[in-house]
Amino acid sequence: MAFIEAVMQYGFLQKALLTSVMVGIICGVIGCFIILRGMALMGDAISHAVLPGVAISYMLGVNFFFGAVISGVITAIAIGFVSQNSRIKHDTSIGIMFTAAFASGIIIITMLKSSTDLYHILFGNVLAVRSSDMWITLGISLIVLGAVYLFYKELLVTSFDPTMGAAYGLPVRFIHYFLMTLLTMVTVASLQTVGIVLVVAMLITPAAAAYLLTERLWVMIFLASGIGVISSITGLYFSFTYNLASGATIVISSTAIFILVFLFSPKHGLIWKTLKVKKKRASLV
Amino acid sequence: MKDPAISIQDLHVSYFGNEAVKGVSLSVDTGNLVGIIGPNGAGKSTFLKAMLNLIPKDKGAVKVLGRPITEVRKSIAYVPQRNDIDWDFPITVLDAVLIGTYPHLKLFRRPKKKDKEWAKECLQRVGMQELSKRQIGELSGGQQQRVFLARALAQKADLFFLDEPFVGVDVSSEETIVNILKELCRQGKTVIVVHHDLSKANDYFNQLILLNKELISFGTVEEVFKPEVISKAYQGQFTFMKEIGVTL
Repeated sequence: MAFIEAVMQYGFLQKALLTSVMVGIICGVIGCFIILRGMALMGDAISHAVLPGVAISYMLGVNFFFGAVISGVITAIAIGFVSQNSRIKHDTSIGIMFTAAFASGIIIITMLKSSTDLYHILFGNVLAVRSSDMWITLGISLIVLGAVYLFYKELLVTSFDPTMGAAYGLPVRFIHYFLMTLLTMVTVASLQTVGIVLVVAMLITPAAAAYLLTERLWVMIFLASGIGVISSITGLYFSFTYNLASGATIVISSTAIFILVFLFSPKHGLIWKTLKVKKKRASLV
Repeated sequence: MKDPAISIQDLHVSYFGNEAVKGVSLSVDTGNLVGIIGPNGAGKSTFLKAMLNLIPKDKGAVKVLGRPITEVRKSIAYVPQRNDIDWDFPITVLDAVLIGTYPHLKLFRRPKKKDKEWAKECLQRVGMQELSKRQIGELSGGQQQRVFLARALAQKADLFFLDEPFVGVDVSSEETIVNILKELCRQGKTVIVVHHDLSKANDYFNQLILLNKELISFGTVEEVFKPEVISKAYQGQFTFMKEIGVTL
């Protein structure tokens, strides 16, 4: 309860809470499409690939949002280019490109000699969120939620049956890069709360838990956002109370929810499945 | 004179320089049920996809209903091979059929009640209305294929393209599907089916495209389904020829 009092009292904690709740929502939404398209690794790649963009933005003194989006999208295009124009498989191409981007980011940041910034970018520090960061996160959230709401049909078709989408005239490749752009924006918003290294967990863990709970995409999206929000709040609580790194506590919270769902989900949970099998076998004796 | 449903001029497709389809030219009139047959690796699916401009072609022109395909995409329904689909996708049978109404919905619009009614009607036509709330992965192979046919019906298309619709499908589903395809043709629609099984090709279709990278033969079933024609495509594949009663 000390946590609630502290939230009422301290402005920095309010900002941290609002920001991480927004990040929980948008990570859940975009994460659903990422895991359904089999692009979990791509989520990891893009989140790492924003590093050089962030570094160059710092160097030039512009908002890191622009640099991050540019380097994320360039990396996504490079990954697609290599895998489509050689026998290199998609996951290998992802591995080559994102490590290259990440490594160049590290070199640039080391040249700038600001290792503290690097630490924050890599691991996040939600308790140090500034007002401007919160507004950027709000802006990104509105764009992402608006885009998914408006283009829900197109995103659904191209995730479920891209060939059918292409056959009736959807620009499938454009939609892919559009989603990559949204993914990059979500990553940028998540930098402050969970950091580059752990963004992928916020993208896929809540979405994966939701995937085990429902057979409808829109329900899955709501569940994933809900799980993201709960993880963010719980994580923030532990981070504040026990003075732990916020990114890590948020991610562990979502992992805990995933484990619960994995065991107890009514239809796909391990325990119910095992019980059903046992019951069936017993009935045959 | 009416434009043909599809006309293809000198179509070439290759993968990294290996030719998969070599110089195919043909034209199909509306109202036909056409089977694309040929041995494994003959480029049947590639040919179908190239026709629809889903994969890049090296050369050739394809016209659908007398117009470039990009202008008539909404009158085309495509049913993919069953193993191209993620059957664990969180979508119910009815919602999968409802996707068939998307091509005619404007940007930002959601399907309305009348679209849902129409999707249900299409499900009923394939005999799947009772399972409308199931997740698609819970169905048998034949039921899954019927759902995808219902989705194609929901598109109210003029041309239907099906890629191997009878693979892993039970006998009664196969019959339902064939009957619906025949009915579509009677209504003046054109149906093109990639088909791997020679044994029933003469019952199902009224025209056949016999392919082995090149166009071996195209015409009515009576013209194409003859041992001396088929054996040209199936060189050396004796088992196949025995199946259709060819003796050497």
